[in-house]
Parts: sequence; C-alpha cells; structure tokens
Amino acid sequence: MTIDQIQDEIVDEFAALNGDVEQIMCHIVGLGRSLPAMPAIYKVDHNLIRGCHSKVWLAAAERTNLMHFFADSDTIISKGLVCLLLRVFNGQDRNDILNTDLYFIKRNHLGRFVGTKRSNGFYAMIDQIKYSVIDRPGASPEVITSIL
Amino acid sequence: MNVIDAVSTLNAELVRTEFPLLDQKINGRPLVYLDNAATTQKPRPVINALADYYLTYNANIHRGVHTLAEKATAAFEETRETARAFINAASVEEIIFVRGVTEAINLVASSYGLTFIEEGDEIIISALEHHSNIVPWQWVCKKRKAKLKIIPIHESGEIDIEGFCSLLTSRTKLVAIGHASNSLGTINPVKEIIRLARASGAVVLIDGAQSGAHVDIDVKDLDCDFYCLSAHKMYGPTGVGILYGRRKLLDQMPPYQGGGEMIMEVTYEHTTYNDLPYKFEAGTPGIADVVAFRFAMEFILQLGRENIFLHEQDLLRYATAKVGELPFVTLIGTASEKVGVLSFIVDDIHPFDIGQMLDARGIAVRTGHHCTQPLMKTLGINGTVRASFAVYNTKSEVDELVDGLRRIIPILRP
Repeated sequence: MTIDQIQDEIVDEFAALNGDVEQIMCHIVGLGRSLPAMPAIYKVDHNLIRGCHSKVWLAAAERTNLMHFFADSDTIISKGLVCLLLRVFNGQDRNDILNTDLYFIKRNHLGRFVGTKRSNGFYAMIDQIKYSVIDRPGASPEVITSIL
Repeated sequence: MNVIDAVSTLNAELVRTEFPLLDQKINGRPLVYLDNAATTQKPRPVINALADYYLTYNANIHRGVHTLAEKATAAFEETRETARAFINAASVEEIIFVRGVTEAINLVASSYGLTFIEEGDEIIISALEHHSNIVPWQWVCKKRKAKLKIIPIHESGEIDIEGFCSLLTSRTKLVAIGHASNSLGTINPVKEIIRLARASGAVVLIDGAQSGAHVDIDVKDLDCDFYCLSAHKMYGPTGVGILYGRRKLLDQMPPYQGGGEMIMEVTYEHTTYNDLPYKFEAGTPGIADVVAFRFAMEFILQLGRENIFLHEQDLLRYATAKVGELPFVTLIGTASEKVGVLSFIVDDIHPFDIGQMLDARGIAVRTGHHCTQPLMKTLGINGTVRASFAVYNTKSEVDELVDGLRRIIPILRP
C-alpha cells in the first residue's frame, strides 16, 4: 500500500469513532498495545526522543531501499501514536517518506497531540523519522537481517 | 484554627459565576479545572480591570505629566499598597513588582546572593523545592564557590526539622524555602524555619507561589527577609508578581537590571540609582496586569482567606478519601498540613496517560514532575498526577475526577 492509501485507511478507521475524544483515546491505547516489541538492541539512550512527559525510543533500519522503524514508549498513548506513524511509514521508500504530507493527523483531529512539542513528542517522533531517513543511524546488516 | 470543626461559609457555586471561563465544555463535557497549582482562572473584576485599563487610561507610568499618565500611575501604585496590606509589609517601599516568583528569586539570587554570599558560605533549600528555587541558588553557589545544602524530608513529604537544624552552621548565609510544596501540597513550618535560620544569622526567602491564594500571609509575623508571590496563581494576570524584601536588605542590595525608571541620574561616567522600590523596577512594567492584580487580591480578601482555606481543606479531605480508596492508586504526599494539592500515582500507568484520558473527559489536571525533578528522584518516582483545588472547585467536580479515574484505570492498566 502507498503511504496515502494507509493514511486513508486510518482516516476511515478514526471516522468510525464519530469524533468522540474518549473513544479516540481508547482506540489509540489499543493501538499502543498492538505495537510490536522493540528489539532490545535498539532500546538504548541513543534512540531516545526526549519529550516533557514521556520517553519514546525510535530506531530506523533500511533494507532494499525501504525503511523500517522500531519504537517503544513508557506511555501507552505515545505508543499508540508512534504505532500510527510506523503503520504509515514502515516499508516505504525514503523519498516517499520525506515528501509525505501527514494529512491523517489533521483529518483525525489528532492535532491536539501535535499542538505543543513539549506535550508528548509526537512532533519529535515525526522529525526523528524524517531525520533518520536523511541521515540514517548505522545499524549492522546482521542485526537488520535478524530483525526483518 | 481547628480545620476539622470550622466550616467555610463560602458558596463555591456562587463564586464560580464570577469566573466566565469555567462555564464551557471541553471535549463535549463540562470543564473540570483542577490545575490551579499551575495557574488559577480569573474572576470578572480582574478581566474587567484589564479591559478598562486599555479601553480608558492606558499610558506609561511615573514620568508622564498628563491626565492619563497620572491615572495609570495612581492605579499602579494602588496595587502596591494593596499588596503591602495583603502581606502586612511595613511599607510600600518593600514591595517590588516583578514578573512572578521565578523573577523574584532570581532578583534576590543575583542581587543579594552575588553581593553577600562568599566562598565557603552555605545556602540551604529543601528537598521539596520547585526548580525556580533551586537553579538560581546553584548559580550563586557556583559563582561564589559556596555550598548548596538540602533539607531532607520525611516519607510523608514533611520537612525534617531536626535535619534542618543539623544543616545550620555559622556559614549558612541564606535559607530559601517554599511556603507550600507545588508537587505535594505540604505546608511547611516556615515560621519555625525562619526563627531557627535567623537565630543562626541567616537571611530567609520564602517562595509563596503555592500559598498566596490559599493561606494567610503576614511577613511581619513570619519575620522573613524576602517573600515572593505570583499573581497568576492568585486569580490575577500572568507576568506579574511581588518580591517583598526587608527594607534594610533592599537598601544594601545593588539593582538587578539597568534601564529606565531605576535611575536617579545618568551620565556616561556614572549612574546614581532611584529610591526603593523603583531601584529594582527597570523598564516599563506590565502596567495593566499590575493594575488588575489589585482586583485579584481584593477578590481573595472579600471572600475571606479563612473561608477560602476551609473550603479548600474540605475539598482536599473529600478528594483524599475518595481518590485514596481507588484500587491501584497511591497518594504521594500525606503531610498533616497541606494546601489543596492531591498528588497520586497509579500502579503500572504513566501519569501522562492518566492526564490525557482525563482531558478527554474534560478534566484538567497536571501530570509529570511538576518542575521538581530532584523531589521526584528522592521519592523514587518519575512523576505524579496532580489535582489542585481553588476556591471555585466543588465536591461534584471531585466526584467527576473519581468517576473518570474509575473508568480509565481499567482501560489503561496492562
């Protein structure tokens, strides 16, 4: 699926919640629970995105020109948010990632999460994903192969 | 005052009608604002005073000779007198307008601290302090090669007075301590601390950020040297606060910032400084905000500080019992004397998640370390959920908080 096809899927998924903020939050919590465990080798301070309230770890790997991301957080809501980002970006071409307009955030009324950088690091997660595409941190090919 | 037996005559539902902001829905539900330790909402008289200033008599103060300038200056100085009376200072010269407690502490640290603290001297703070009552003293200690000492606390979040006594030495030059803890609510025995510190020859600064709207303040009775207040935590505007300083000390202290207003005469070679309090008030202040601050203090006085205290104590007792009995909840800070602050953690749930889920239900609380990272480290936790009460809060709002927690804890528990 293309990035926009995945975004459209997410938009439809959230639209079914009829703008009920509590339901939206519960859905995000559910997504957080579904986030695959981050390989321990990546859950290191080097991959920590520091936000005011929560810790988010995010790492990137590239294989056959496609990007793969791994993430974790100490808060379930941040895990849910990063889960959405990984769903959109995992397995995508690096140029497509850089050129993406993340419209699902606005359409799903998730703007409350990106309104302030200090609140939960959602902006920082997006920045880190794009940064890692431009300047991918080195991970050994053996590690990537063992994970993918 | 026996808070168990005394009853507030205050009608919170009536008080609420003076706060237009409270009458709104957040995420489809009535707003329950329980983040008052961060900032309080503003009553109509304060909002009206701000509008009235800009609508009818905005002008720069002190130097103008025209009618508007005279009116603005009079209103500005009227707040100074109200503030003097509010904390029972000896004279208006002892009332310095600042941006808030943070600036007040920085002023004392920069002016008094760097002038009078010498190598080998000691500054004492407590383990309960907000970062704004830690960092400025760290700077002074670093610059002057002085030592920063920390008063330990008991598990309840109360100051260890014996521990404090053991820290006091002949080299202790300054003790800086909060009147009440922003994270735990503990009301510190400041009168006793001031007595002990002054007996040992130290100067004492009290951070009143969390006490200004909640307890009676009498700087003469306390016998402190400095007392700091933030208007925005007292139903007043943001960006305004008060530094009370004992006149004898203020006279000895050099100015904090240079500029207009604080000078007597300037030549290229030399500057002489203005009298107190203007020596410490360089530049054009937030005039409208200072003017409106008077109405916030008058609002508190009209309701009655004892009434407000009793009402908030009633809410605190109710909330402590209701939240404390919830499964998986641990209350953080169980001092016998507290302002209306209820901090808690929930097993296996990050405070941030609780705060976000409560917000979805229209309930505003604060989560995190509350700018007291060393305290959180002392307590062995990353942060708390903090509900903090003001005069307009009601028991039904506490019920909303409890209902919200009952609903969201099972959702968030792994």
